[in-house]
Amino acid sequence: MRKNTLGGLKQLAAALALLSTMAAQAADTIKVGVLHSLSGTMAISETTLKDTVLMLIEEQNKKGGVMGKKLEAVVVDPASNWPLFAEKAEQLLVKDKVSVVFGCWTSVSRKSVLPVFEKNNGLLFYPVQYEGEESSKNVFYTGAAPNQQAIPAVDYLMNEVGVKRWVLAGTDYVYPRTTNKILEAYLKAKGVKDEDIMINYTPFGHSNWQRIVADIKKFGSAGKKTGVVSTINGDANVPFYKELGNQKISAEDIPVVAFSVGEEELSGIDTKPLVGHLAAWNYFMSVDTPANAEFIKKWRAFIKNNKRVTNDPMEAHVIGFNMWVKAVEKAKTTDVNKVIDAMVGIEVPNLTGGVAKMLPNHHLTKPVLIGEVRADGQFDTVWQTEGLVPGDAWSDYLPGSKDIEADWVKLKCGNYNTKTLKCSGQNYE
Amino acid sequence: MVRRATVRRMDRREPKANAGPQRTWWLVLLAILGMLAHPALAAESTSFEQALGNLATTSFKQKERAIGELLDVRHANTRVVLNALLEGNLYYRKSDRRVFIAAAQDANLRLQDPLTMSAAGTADASEYTKITTNNQLRKALKSALAGFDLADPDPDVRLAAVNELLRSLDADSVSILRARQSAETNDAVRTAIHTGLAIADLDSEDAAVRLAAVEQLEGSLNPEAFNRLTAIVARSDDGSYAEPDERVRTAARTALAKIDNWRSFYSTLETLFFGLSLGSVLVLAAIGLAITFGVMGVINMAHGELMMLGAYTTYVIQLLMPQYIGASVLVAIPVAFVVAGGVGVLIERGIVRFLYGRPLETLLATFGVSLVLQQIVRDLFTANNRPVETPAWMAGSLQINEALSITYNRLYVVLFMLIVFVILQLVLKKTSLGLKVRAVAQNRAMAKSMGVRTEWVDALTFGLGSGIAGVAGVALSQLTNVGPNLGQTYIIDSFMVVVFGGVGNLWGTLIGGMSLGVVNQALEPYAGAVLAKILVLIALILFIQRRPRGLFPQKGRAAEG
Repeated sequence: MRKNTLGGLKQLAAALALLSTMAAQAADTIKVGVLHSLSGTMAISETTLKDTVLMLIEEQNKKGGVMGKKLEAVVVDPASNWPLFAEKAEQLLVKDKVSVVFGCWTSVSRKSVLPVFEKNNGLLFYPVQYEGEESSKNVFYTGAAPNQQAIPAVDYLMNEVGVKRWVLAGTDYVYPRTTNKILEAYLKAKGVKDEDIMINYTPFGHSNWQRIVADIKKFGSAGKKTGVVSTINGDANVPFYKELGNQKISAEDIPVVAFSVGEEELSGIDTKPLVGHLAAWNYFMSVDTPANAEFIKKWRAFIKNNKRVTNDPMEAHVIGFNMWVKAVEKAKTTDVNKVIDAMVGIEVPNLTGGVAKMLPNHHLTKPVLIGEVRADGQFDTVWQTEGLVPGDAWSDYLPGSKDIEADWVKLKCGNYNTKTLKCSGQNYE
Repeated sequence: MVRRATVRRMDRREPKANAGPQRTWWLVLLAILGMLAHPALAAESTSFEQALGNLATTSFKQKERAIGELLDVRHANTRVVLNALLEGNLYYRKSDRRVFIAAAQDANLRLQDPLTMSAAGTADASEYTKITTNNQLRKALKSALAGFDLADPDPDVRLAAVNELLRSLDADSVSILRARQSAETNDAVRTAIHTGLAIADLDSEDAAVRLAAVEQLEGSLNPEAFNRLTAIVARSDDGSYAEPDERVRTAARTALAKIDNWRSFYSTLETLFFGLSLGSVLVLAAIGLAITFGVMGVINMAHGELMMLGAYTTYVIQLLMPQYIGASVLVAIPVAFVVAGGVGVLIERGIVRFLYGRPLETLLATFGVSLVLQQIVRDLFTANNRPVETPAWMAGSLQINEALSITYNRLYVVLFMLIVFVILQLVLKKTSLGLKVRAVAQNRAMAKSMGVRTEWVDALTFGLGSGIAGVAGVALSQLTNVGPNLGQTYIIDSFMVVVFGGVGNLWGTLIGGMSLGVVNQALEPYAGAVLAKILVLIALILFIQRRPRGLFPQKGRAAEG
């Protein structure tokens, strides 16, 4: 009996000790949420981003953390399941009480967590190029808006390559549909006729491309220079490019410019038939700057694989993370409202030799690079914008969004209508 | 710019073609050159060197100019340099911007001096910058090199060169072709040249020449010819014709009508082939299922994952024999059969045999197996797709004519499916295993009492169906992504084909898969890929409503089993 009590006391003491260390830890660390799919269809792309954030946290901790506190990563797996994204976001914000979340890839996952972040006043850094038409107080968009990727790419094809006929091919979901709507309006504004635009949508993971590629070939043999603007997503690209190669459509005749194909995607493909096809991004691994060389070295050492590639969304996380650190140090607190106010105007160097600046609409300034695929799966930059392009949340080429402006400093609104002078305040339906 | 330079070069090579005052001018120049032989050569080298130096830039416009200069100086090494540039083997030294031809060797470059073509040692790659090309530059280079190739002794090279020039016809390439016309001996090359010249002649001032050109183009399936003829008969906005001569317009209309006929004929053939090839993929995916589901009545949700195993087997085989990519796919077929078949037998012995006669439990258990297999593959190979290379003999397409070409990989898949089908039929109809399989499927108790070891037959049948799935996976590795999710994309389609064709009937699976493929491809141009799939599914549901046993329902005693 006595022995038992003693044992019980010991256990109690141990538990108390454990609790107190946990409390001490909680006081000394800042929690950083990582909300990227580690299983399911999107795991291919998102796992890399989770590793990127972990690397950035480790690095920051080596430098002494933020405001003298260590960073602590809280990694959850939303499993490529859109409703689960919202649940996991809720868990991060309410249960784990993280100070900031880095996460999401697809637009549908972002739309799914948006109400959660707005309700709980969280802070999300979203690193992927997207279709725009959104600006939330609680989200910082470190990827490209359409005017930082799609529009410059079309300009390049139109002015430098001389494309007169356009195929807009995409996977059937929100990002391609909205982007193509913007592009169609833009092309028509530039005087392209209806019969010179072909729009095509395919399901996720489409693999039987023979009919569509044959149609593109026919469309492109009408005597005018033809280009394909591809918003085809992830997996479906491999059979698409394979079919292009097999039907002998070369990039010299019908160039394909893709917005969702980067180094990571190309590392799973035999790239020989793709040489010369284009991609538009704000970063390429092949860009020759000291900052980029150092980043690649660090990444390969962290992931312990000398062949791993880097890509655009990774750079976006690097920029976003560094900005957040700067903002926290400037605000001297991790309080979300104060950090949000401190974020706007913060500048950090990007990896391509320029400076990324956070704008009042929560988007970044970015350079736009057009690259041609090389045989080794990397890109040769063939064109780039002079200077940096400020991200525009609401496209100027869509009738509904032309008059809408996002400004979280002066207007304190993500969708302010300059005609009706009203802020609708809604970012999600 | 580049093109004009090519013309001049061709002129020198074949002075006959351009006889006249120019030729005398050339003779005079040559005479002067002869007198000043040595210094002139030196001058040529310097300007060649200068033009080379101009390539060491990042501006594509400047590079294009430099290529023109290289062609202008007509140096003996121009062609080699241009070829090296096209292949990405031209570098310049960062320190002094000197240009070298170089082959990459690990982190080093093996250098070659483009002036003397002699080896210039090896150097660290980081001190050199590759001279990159873009699409426009590559096109210009190919066209310039085609000018060189027109005099090649190999007719195939000449034909390729003519087709390269036809890709972008302009005054310069036309004059090169015209010069080559009389010297050409090969029929195919001559026809190609004539087509090109006829297209060019459509711009002639002389109505008679235009008329002759239209008549020449009458049987041509060249898309450019079609576009130009269409332009002739088209009215501009004010109602007037671009072509003033009525006779030419009439001839063009006749030619167009004929071309249109042929084009629509070939495009029907093309659609048919697309349908058959999609159908073949469906049949290949479904035929293993036709055995496990159709003959044994087991709903095997892991069927797709067995295909995935076959595809991964191909990838592993390619890793093991990187030198023999061409043969790797053939080797992978039996290996994939054994791997997937083995896993199939394990599934049957370990799980399915305890659940015979309980379809719902079987469905759930095999679904679990499918998740397990996916996760094993994820752990072994990561979640990323694996690159499976296409052997050279499966890449490209069979060009039947200018309106119809068939891609080799699809063609082989159709043939492969037929072979698999025939072998499977033979196994089921002509071997003792086949006899036992059919006996057990028809009446298990009777077969058992006749001395057939039904348990053993069950395992082998399941293994056979699974093995076929593995073989299908090898074919799929050439068409789609090899990743952990490969199976999921095909499982629904497979069940669809088997149910539509009639459960337990291999012929039904064949006909069912093929007709679904053709209908899908015939609808796609009108409805789009998404809607076509939906329409096929709706049609299928309606069909099953009316005929629940599929296209070819089993009759007689087999129907009871």
